[in-house]
Amino acid sequence: MLFGIAWDTSSGWAFAVSILPILLIGMWVTIQATVLGFFIALVVGLVWAALKAAPLKIISWPAAVVTEFLRDTPLLIQLFFLYYVLPEFGITLPAFMTGALALGLQYSAYTSEVYRAGIEAVAKGQHEAARALNLSGGRTFSHIILPQAIPRIVPAMGNYLVSIMKDVPLLSVVTVLEMLNVARIIGDRTFNYLVPLSLVGALYLIMTLVASAGVRLLDNWLPKQGIPLK
Amino acid sequence: MSDEPIIKFDKVVKRFGDLTVLNELDFEVKKGEKVSIIGPSGSGKSTVLRILMTLEDINGGVVTVGGEPLWHEKGPDGSLAPASETHLRKMRTQLGMVFQQFNLFPHMTVLRNITEAPVQVLGLSKQEAKQRGEELLELVGLADQAQKYPHQLSGGQQQRVGIARALAMRPNILLFDEPTSALDPELVGEVLNVIGKLAEEHDLTMLLVTHEMRFAREVSDRVCFFDQGRIREEGAPEDLFTDPNEERTREFLQAVLDN
Ligand SMILES: Nc1ncnc2c1ncn2[C@@H]1O[C@H](COP(=O)(O)OP(=O)(O)O)[C@@H](O)[C@H]1O
Ligand SMILES: [Mg+2]
Repeated sequence: MLFGIAWDTSSGWAFAVSILPILLIGMWVTIQATVLGFFIALVVGLVWAALKAAPLKIISWPAAVVTEFLRDTPLLIQLFFLYYVLPEFGITLPAFMTGALALGLQYSAYTSEVYRAGIEAVAKGQHEAARALNLSGGRTFSHIILPQAIPRIVPAMGNYLVSIMKDVPLLSVVTVLEMLNVARIIGDRTFNYLVPLSLVGALYLIMTLVASAGVRLLDNWLPKQGIPLK
Repeated sequence: MSDEPIIKFDKVVKRFGDLTVLNELDFEVKKGEKVSIIGPSGSGKSTVLRILMTLEDINGGVVTVGGEPLWHEKGPDGSLAPASETHLRKMRTQLGMVFQQFNLFPHMTVLRNITEAPVQVLGLSKQEAKQRGEELLELVGLADQAQKYPHQLSGGQQQRVGIARALAMRPNILLFDEPTSALDPELVGEVLNVIGKLAEEHDLTMLLVTHEMRFAREVSDRVCFFDQGRIREEGAPEDLFTDPNEERTREFLQAVLDN
């Protein structure tokens, strides 16, 4: 029994059907961690991109160092760091929050590169027209450059969304009850790993297929909003 | 047209790395004057306009617009220091630019292209900006295209939007950098018509870099022939086009007219 739901070990099928609701609870945690981690990656990555594009080296250089560090160290180390070291400085976050934060921070290093490439691909003439019209730097970035970079950014971000989803099982090491962790517990208690792990694989397949389809829909939808994908 | 210069280049130097593009250029434009700049590719024509639009800085000399230094600020003791962004923002309000590649904002409707800066920079209400935008579209003959996106328009129509967008900021000086060079030949006329109309009806000061010699002759008060970052020859269009003094001008005109 887990989460108050009992399993039925009378047959393989009965077992699968009985543990499905338990795994779905774990899947819901996986989805939440993915969405929160992705959101953090999108927001923080944009901040890194803006800082790295700053004309002042005092600003751009530290941002470049931090993102390089985030990219070049394993997620597990960052996760342990946030989980075991932060409390020593009096910052204690719930395991789930710590996990989502670690995912978001590591992926912010990748998304910042996506933003940078997308932003740099916007024609120089767009900056010049904005300057000639006396638009402020902030307005130029948010309303002229970024909207044109987004169609170039979306497909790559979609890939990272799927990657984050597939990295969520790592959070089990800091006790987050995401889907794989739930399956392992069921296996430990029933000595049947095959069924729960197969189900997790199938559910993961469904999640990534749905996410990929969503990204593709967005790819098709954006150009129709007057943002040509060129 | 009054006699005071609204634009003045005083021994202006512009370099790109080792390449000196403008070498102590002296150049003046009077208020309301329509000046065409002609000359071979690479002679520094665009650079002159881009310096005025504050898209390129200068390495020496002084550029004055409306009596005030453009790239410098006068300190309390009267000495000139490099201009701050605030100063450049203030100076920029006098100028507008029409680009060779139009540079319209592709994700905004035609009307939004025109109203964005008046709302954000001049602080017009959306309603006022829209009304003015529609008047300007009327002026350039595109009243029925307001809700289209740039990629739905022909090149000639896009450039006319570019002109309306620049006019919406109510500049005193309008800079045209080869406004018809990116257009198919059959679309050049509609853009030149609009520019010609502006030249006739407005007291705008206009600087036009162009290869359209016949048009330059019609609309300009003065034509400047640029060569290697200097004004090799300048004068009234009827003189310069029919009887240039310099051999270099003659060669250039010959080459262009043969095309
Ligand atoms: N950003 C730049 N970097 C380096 N060289 C440049 C740059 N812009 C212009 N140039 C050079 O300066 C010279 C003058 O350019 P330009 O003013 O564009 O000439 P024109 O408009 O008369 O064809 C050319 O040799 C050009 O290659
Ligand atoms: Mg040029």
